[in-house]
Amino acid sequence: MLSLEDKLDMYRKMYLIRTFEERAEELYMEGKIWGTFHLYVGEEAVAVGACYALRADDYITSTHRGHGHCIAKGADVKRMMAELLARDTGYCHGLGGSMHIADVEKGNLGATGIVGSGIPIATGAALGCKLQNNDKVVLCFFGDGAANTGAFHESVNMAAIFRLPVVFVCENNMYAMSFSVKKAFALPDIAERAKGYGIPGVSIDGNNVLEMYETTKVAVERARQGEGPTFIEARTYRWKGHSKSDRQSYRTKEEVREWMSKDPIKFLEKYLREEKVGEEELENIKKQVERDIEEAINFALESPEPTLEEARRMVYA
Amino acid sequence: MPNREITYAEALREAIREEMKKDPKVFLLGEDIGIYGGSFGVTQGLIEEFGPERVIDTPISEIAIIGGATGAALVGMRPIAEIMFFDFMTIGSDQLVNQAAKIHFMFGGKAKVPMVVRAPAGSGTGAAGHHSGSLESWFAHVPGLKVVAPSTSYDAKGLLKSAIRDDNPVVFVEHKLLYKTKGQVPEEEYYIPIGKAEIKKEGKDATVIGYSIMIPRALEASKILAQEGIDIEVVDIRSLRPLDTDTIARSVKKTNRAMVVYEPPRFGGFGAEISAWVGEELFDYLDAPVVRLGGEEMPPPYNPNLERKIVPQIEDIVREIKKLVG
Ligand SMILES: Cc1ncc(C[n+]2csc(CCOP(=O)(O)OP(=O)(O)O)c2C)c(N)n1
Ligand SMILES: [Mg+2]
Repeated sequence: MLSLEDKLDMYRKMYLIRTFEERAEELYMEGKIWGTFHLYVGEEAVAVGACYALRADDYITSTHRGHGHCIAKGADVKRMMAELLARDTGYCHGLGGSMHIADVEKGNLGATGIVGSGIPIATGAALGCKLQNNDKVVLCFFGDGAANTGAFHESVNMAAIFRLPVVFVCENNMYAMSFSVKKAFALPDIAERAKGYGIPGVSIDGNNVLEMYETTKVAVERARQGEGPTFIEARTYRWKGHSKSDRQSYRTKEEVREWMSKDPIKFLEKYLREEKVGEEELENIKKQVERDIEEAINFALESPEPTLEEARRMVYA
Repeated sequence: MPNREITYAEALREAIREEMKKDPKVFLLGEDIGIYGGSFGVTQGLIEEFGPERVIDTPISEIAIIGGATGAALVGMRPIAEIMFFDFMTIGSDQLVNQAAKIHFMFGGKAKVPMVVRAPAGSGTGAAGHHSGSLESWFAHVPGLKVVAPSTSYDAKGLLKSAIRDDNPVVFVEHKLLYKTKGQVPEEEYYIPIGKAEIKKEGKDATVIGYSIMIPRALEASKILAQEGIDIEVVDIRSLRPLDTDTIARSVKKTNRAMVVYEPPRFGGFGAEISAWVGEELFDYLDAPVVRLGGEEMPPPYNPNLERKIVPQIEDIVREIKKLVG
């Protein structure tokens, strides 16, 4: 059972993700961040709810839209921000950037730029855990788009037949770039796919962090008991463009507004108020988060960049 | 009439449009090529013009995109598949390397696979390890595939038109940093044959052989070198396979010094093939060993300074040519 303390911590983490993303976007606009990235704004409840159901020593695999997963698994936003700013103090020494952040000590086996490629890795990590009999579970985040890769099919089937300790969390944010799930699937619910693999599948409200937690908890326990994988489809929405170069000609402003009215942070805020949490407490959490992010930005800006010699040493172990 | 200047991306779009108008068998498939217009805007407006039957948005399914193109080609269509980033070619590679490339041969000439796979390659955009690859050397290694990597708007249009007309699978390498570059392209229709190099600048002191983004860099380097009295010739091979060795030979016989420049890691990259060929066939004409200027032996790093450092730049070409000539 989640305590009120836990729920406040969930709130803090969701707000931390939101603030991280919004400030990162500003830094990009100011020309301080290079390349491109994919923002998680609007989807915070999925990562936070799902990771709350994990033990600290469990694993996750992440995606190109990975900042939220990383924070939810307990990453230090200083080192994340430093990575986005391509600094030596970043999680990947500035060599990976946004799309490749990994925080292996905290069990985050990494983001990936190849859509779908985390699914076989999660499956393999679960196989490794099973072979080591270490009682750990792997939680695999991937998008609706990734569910249409060949990698998805081969991995979910293998996980199912080997009864691996893995939980597949499909973040259905309604689009893969411009391609709507309505066009990409001939099924109403992606979770129906689970039946074809002989594993349980559920489709839930990914903007409800509590439901996200409860559902994942059951799946994680099942995996830990050796009963095999579960497929969770978390329905949510990406508020921002796909990446930094998206004109969003494929969706209407009304649709975006409608989803923004189902803000997962507002949802939890409302719940907490009903639980008699005072405004001041919520405000304090927010202020602390904002201070943490500013501190992270300063840390990143003051950090050195990696050198070529250092990069050369990274090619082989 | 004076020539128009259009971008590399526009030139590609014109080639596709002209061939689609001419031949109902030509169609496009790929991710986000419809209303989104392609990740780099190449297919913008084509869905409006030709409709979703001929400009087909697919799910994220590279195996089925390349394999789908192969199958459609086998039964008489002329597909143009777009792979959003060259790095993702690896996913569809079974279909390209084991199927498309070998079908004509393995079926004893009874079937052919006229298709094009286009993809943006190269680093320089801060896209890091999974979106910056230059894997053209891998595909140039495969008999049965043709590999083309144009450096200008003019070449891009003429070569893409030939690739679409070709009866073999053609891998079309588009460097991301070239999409917005402009060049003269006539209004009149033209084709550039696959497998023909072009001397982009004549010179007498050394030959620089390259393709794609390295050509504009070599041309810039030639201006700097000219100020120091060094006159280089720049050979743009344009096609990696088949390779126009005649043009390379003519140039090297004249200058007696050769440098090959390419973006992928130096070890085992396509430039190594050119270098080996020049060393074998033109040994008697060489006043110095062939220089290979390639990329660093590492995946593309995210940090912008490092990203720049690991790929040959104008100053690297200048430095290596001075050593070669000096
Ligand atoms: C194999 C592969 N194909 C295409 C892409 C380009 N791409 C990057 S993200 C993306 C959409 C992914 O959609 P989804 O899995 O739903 O994740 P979302 O972006 O919606 O979070 C695409 C097509 C890629 N990175 N990798
Ligand atoms: Mg999606």
